[in-house]
Amino acid sequence: MTQETFVVAYEGGADSDRVLSYAISRAQRGGAKLVLAHILEWSPYAFLTQEELAERHARRKKEMARAQEAILAPAVEKVRAAGLEAQAELRYGSVPELIVDIAKETNAALIFVGRAGSSSIAARIFGSVPLALAQIAPVPTVIVP
Amino acid sequence: MRITIFPVAMAASFAATAAVAQTAQTDSFDARVNAVAEKFTAPFVNFIFSSIPGTNFPWIVLWLLGAALIFTFYFSFVQIRAFGHALALVSGKYSDPKDAGEVSHFQALATALSGTVGLGNIAGVAVAMSIGGPGATFWMILAGFLGMASKFTECTLGVKYRNEYPDGTVSGGPMYYLKKGLAERGYAGFGKFMAIMFSIFCVLGSLGGGNMFQANQAHAQIAGIVGDYPGWITGVIFAAIVFAVIVGGLKSIAQVTEKVVPFMGVLYCGAGLIIVLMNYDKIGWAFGQIFAGAFTDLGIAGGMVGALIQGLRRAAFSNEAGVGSAAIAHSAVRTKEPITEGFVSLLEPLIDTVVICTMTALVIIITGVLQIDPETGRYVWNAELGRIATTGDAGGVQLTSAAFGSTISWFPYVLAVAVILFAFSTMLSWSYYGLKAWTYMFGEGKAQEISFKLLFCLFVIIGAAMNLGPVVDFSDAAIFAMGLVNIVGLYILMPVVKAEMVSYFARLKSGEIKRFK
Repeated sequence: MTQETFVVAYEGGADSDRVLSYAISRAQRGGAKLVLAHILEWSPYAFLTQEELAERHARRKKEMARAQEAILAPAVEKVRAAGLEAQAELRYGSVPELIVDIAKETNAALIFVGRAGSSSIAARIFGSVPLALAQIAPVPTVIVP
Repeated sequence: MRITIFPVAMAASFAATAAVAQTAQTDSFDARVNAVAEKFTAPFVNFIFSSIPGTNFPWIVLWLLGAALIFTFYFSFVQIRAFGHALALVSGKYSDPKDAGEVSHFQALATALSGTVGLGNIAGVAVAMSIGGPGATFWMILAGFLGMASKFTECTLGVKYRNEYPDGTVSGGPMYYLKKGLAERGYAGFGKFMAIMFSIFCVLGSLGGGNMFQANQAHAQIAGIVGDYPGWITGVIFAAIVFAVIVGGLKSIAQVTEKVVPFMGVLYCGAGLIIVLMNYDKIGWAFGQIFAGAFTDLGIAGGMVGALIQGLRRAAFSNEAGVGSAAIAHSAVRTKEPITEGFVSLLEPLIDTVVICTMTALVIIITGVLQIDPETGRYVWNAELGRIATTGDAGGVQLTSAAFGSTISWFPYVLAVAVILFAFSTMLSWSYYGLKAWTYMFGEGKAQEISFKLLFCLFVIIGAAMNLGPVVDFSDAAIFAMGLVNIVGLYILMPVVKAEMVSYFARLKSGEIKRFK
């Protein structure tokens, strides 16, 4: 049997660790590979001031370095410590859309996402990541409470 | 004789609201400042705004327009050829998804637009209409169309010759392409000189037209609503907000402004469109007036020539094509092809002049605030005010306000808020242009930056508090002097842009440059 791939929407923080722990426990059963997807929310149509335009490239570098070091590296470490194969994906854009893209690219069998955040007012009005994934995910999606 | 263009005409338009404030300010200090300033600046102002002998046509307007015409032919109507491609670039069809998180074409365009869309679109057009008649619209649209080629040229160069620092931040604009570009073509010394000249004019323009003038007009607008009060109060409040943004780094205010300004622009165009559609039976007539007025005499002073001068002037002031300011704003975009930012910048004069200014003009014509003699069908000329007689003798922004108010009674209040916000966003944009020119001359660094920013805040207060006719005239002349220097550079460097364009189109055709979406 070929190795399965699971995509984990990894935001960082306590809730995400719960998702990650759950995904690890599921992956261990069949020896699946985990793709940890961390998305930095970004719209190419958002408004920036003149100074933000000039500093954007520098800031992007810093943001990516910080996300890589502080969020993704420890998570990858944790997955490998559990004896599983891990791959990190760091991208800019709309969270649900990119999680779907990554799932398609990696031929993922499952997506894991935390429910956290969906109780905020903004999430209720504009929709949340797990809800959006429930609508558009191409593969079965596990929403971890 | 001195031909004063922008500030005086605009100030006249605000005369009704500002008159009280101005009489109260004719104290000795003000008068002394004015007298001293005028002595030093008058020769320069006179030189910039002097007319071509035998006409009352300022040569600087012809300089900007002539350049636009030359660029249009040199790049074989790039504004038409690349228009579709420009839209595709803005919508991100050619953006590499791997570059997400970098400045997009849309963002660079939107930020540059928020710097140019402003009082010129609302008040400047009204001045053109009341002096030049409906025919001015035709020439304004034509100038906006030609100006697209100037923007294309300067913004391509802005990206191509920008400086990228080790920390990843970028600085670009005419001073960099004048220095580096002219050096490449063997005019290193001349390039350095031109870059410094441009920087000096840019700093002066940013403190004047981009700051004092805006603060002054914002105060006049507020005083027009709440009644007269001392200008320094507005100045201190505005300066405090500007200080919080540019010195205190309070980005939230800037972000709110930057978000509200496009919304205001859309609201303004939407309201204009509604008024035009409500009077749909007059649309044909209005365009008839525009074409008739462009080539014949409809009762305005100077006939066709008067309409032409007014239309061309307002377009040049509104979209700043050829002045070089947009090249600073556009240079931050992340692209492997500098020319793509040039294509995107084509859309700027189109939106600013061809769309928004035309909307203002149509509303003014259709609502009938310009008085027509029912017997002859010609416009009634008010010789005393030197413009067409209007409902309630309104001029400038008040004429626009009256035109919108005649159909949507509450719109003048929205317009007042829009004018203040436009003034504020223009100030923020110009504070950045000025800063870039300042650090070009004095070097990048915290001390240099803070000194300019404090100076900028101080000028907000001065601008709002005083009636500084000569100083504002001078700063306005400085903005046009930027165009004088910039266009010389554009002529020398236009073959560089042409080579980029030919190569880009060839690679686009061969499929080497591909769409991602």
